Amino acid sequence: MSAITFAVQLLNGVQYGLVLFLVASGLTLVFGILGVINLAHGAFYMLGAYFAWWIAAYTGSFLMALIGGVALSFMLGLLLENVFVRRLYGRDHLAQVLLSFGLILVVDELRQILFGKDVYSVKPPPWLEGSIQLTDNLSYPVYRLALCLFCLVLAALIFYVIQRTKLGMIIRAGAENRDMTRALGIPFDSVNRYVFAGGIALAALGGILVSPISTVYPGMGDGMLILSFVVVVLGGIGSVAGAAIGALLIGLTDTFGKVFFPQVSSILIYVLMAGVLLWRPNGILGKREA
Amino acid sequence: MTELLAIRSLSGFYGASQVLHDVSFSVRRGEQVALLGRNGMGKTTLMKSIIGLLGDRRGGITINKLDMINAKPEAIAQAGVAYVPEGRGVFGSLNVVENLVMAARAGADGRRDWTLDRVFEVFPRLHQRRGNGGHQLSGGEQQMLSIGRALMTNPDLILIDEATEGLAPLVAQEIWRTLGVIRDEGIATIVVDKDLRSLSKIVDRTVLLSKGQIVFEGAPSELLAQPLLLEKHLGV
Ligand SMILES: Nc1ncnc2c1ncn2[C@@H]1O[C@H](COP(=O)(O)OP(=O)(O)O)[C@@H](O)[C@H]1O
Ligand SMILES: [Mg+2]
Repeated sequence: MSAITFAVQLLNGVQYGLVLFLVASGLTLVFGILGVINLAHGAFYMLGAYFAWWIAAYTGSFLMALIGGVALSFMLGLLLENVFVRRLYGRDHLAQVLLSFGLILVVDELRQILFGKDVYSVKPPPWLEGSIQLTDNLSYPVYRLALCLFCLVLAALIFYVIQRTKLGMIIRAGAENRDMTRALGIPFDSVNRYVFAGGIALAALGGILVSPISTVYPGMGDGMLILSFVVVVLGGIGSVAGAAIGALLIGLTDTFGKVFFPQVSSILIYVLMAGVLLWRPNGILGKREA
Repeated sequence: MTELLAIRSLSGFYGASQVLHDVSFSVRRGEQVALLGRNGMGKTTLMKSIIGLLGDRRGGITINKLDMINAKPEAIAQAGVAYVPEGRGVFGSLNVVENLVMAARAGADGRRDWTLDRVFEVFPRLHQRRGNGGHQLSGGEQQMLSIGRALMTNPDLILIDEATEGLAPLVAQEIWRTLGVIRDEGIATIVVDKDLRSLSKIVDRTVLLSKGQIVFEGAPSELLAQPLLLEKHLGV
C-alpha cells in the first residue's frame, strides 16, 4: 500500500470515527446523565437525515437543511422528554428498553407518514462539491475533508462546554450525584430535558452530515445504534472523552479492517471491544468502581 | 428576630417505616442550632426532609414563610437553604474551583456576598488545592470544600451534618473556626456533631432527638446542666 492510499484510508477512518463520535457522544451523555438507555438513538440519526433531505428539497440549501434539521430534532427531543422520557428517570432498565423501543416505532411511523420509505440522496453545498486530485488516479472529495474539519470543531466545542463552562460543570456534577446537585439549587429536571434534546440533536446531526456521502434510507439508523453502543461501552459509559477515543478506534479499525482483513472485517470491532473490556471492564475512561 | 425555618408536626418515612414523629421547631434568622442525638435517632433524616431529599415527609415546613413541604430540593435550595451532607458530597470528578463555581448563585434576596475569592479567603487551603480533583482531597479539605460550596449559594440557612466526623483534632478546629465565621456573617445553621463542647461554644440553642422525636430543646447551658439527659440521650 502506498503512502498516499494509506493516508486516504486514514482520513476515511478518522472521518468515520468523527461522525461516530458525534452520534455516540449524544448517546453517552443521555446514558451517563439521565441514566436512560435510549434505543431510539439510531432512529433519530435516520430521522435527521430525512429532515435534511426534506428541507434541502424545499430550499435547495444544504446549510438550511443542516440548521433546520438540527433545530427540528432538538425541539422534538424537548417534546419527547417532556411527554415520555422523564417518566423513565430512576426506573429499571426494562422500562427504559420498552419505552425507547416504542420510540423507535413512533419515529419510524413519523418518517413513514412524512417522507415515505423511499431512498434519497442529498447534495452537498455547491462550494464543497468536487474532489481534490491527490495523484493521477487518486482523488479525495472536498466534502469529506470539510466534514472532518466540521466534526473536529464541533468536538472541540462539545469538550469546551463540558470542561470549561458552568453548564458543563453542572452536567458532570449531576452525572456523579444528582441529589447533591439538586440540593445546591440546580433544577436538574430542566438540565435533563436539554441534555436529552441535545443528545437527540447530535444523533440527527450525524445523520444530516452523512446524508451527502451515503444514502438516506429507513434502516440507516440501525447499524449506527449498535456502533454507538459499542463506542459508549468501549469508552466508558457517560464519558465524552472516552467516546472520542472509542469512536476513533472503531472508525480506524473498521476502515483498515476492510482493507487488510476483508474476510473478518465485520467482527473486528467486536473483537476490539471484547479485548478492551477484558483489559478495562468499565471501558477505557470508565469509572473504576461501580 | 424573624423566623426563617418553621417545622410543624413533621413525620418522615423510609417506605413503610416511620423515622420522624411529630417534630416541631423553628430557626430564626442568623440563629445557630445544634441537632443532637445518638446514632440512628433521625438527625440525618430530619436534615434530608428540610432540604427536600426525603421523598416521604408530611406535616409543615416553611422557609421564609413559603410552604415547602412538597417542594423539590432545588426549590428549597433556591429559597435559601444549603446542605453539607454526611460524607461531604464533594464531586470527585470536578476540581476544587469547579465544585465551587457550579454552585455559585445569588441568594434568595439577590445578595452575592459569597464569591470564589471570599471562599478562598476563608479557606486558604482550598486556594492552594484549587486545581486538584475532589477525589484527591483529604477528609478535612473535602469538608471545607463542601462548606465553601454551600456558601457559594449565598444561603440564609446551612444544614451541616456530622461537621467534624472523622477529622483530626487540628482539622476539626479549623472547621469550628469557620462555623464561627458563618455565624458572624449572620447565616443561620443547623449543625450535627458529636463534639458537644465545641458545639456549645458556637450555638444559641440545642435540639435533642431520640427515636425521631424531640426530647429536649433549649440553650446549651440548660442542656449541660442536665446530666441525666446527657447520659441517657448522648452517653456523656
Ligand atoms: N435509606 C434508609 N432506608 C431505611 N431506613 C433508613 C434509611 N436511612 C436511615 N434509616 C433509618 O432511619 C433511622 C434514622 O437514621 P438517621 O436519620 O440516619 O439517624 P442519625 O443521622 O441520627 O444517625 C435509623 O433507624 C436508620 O436505620
Ligand atoms: Mg446521620
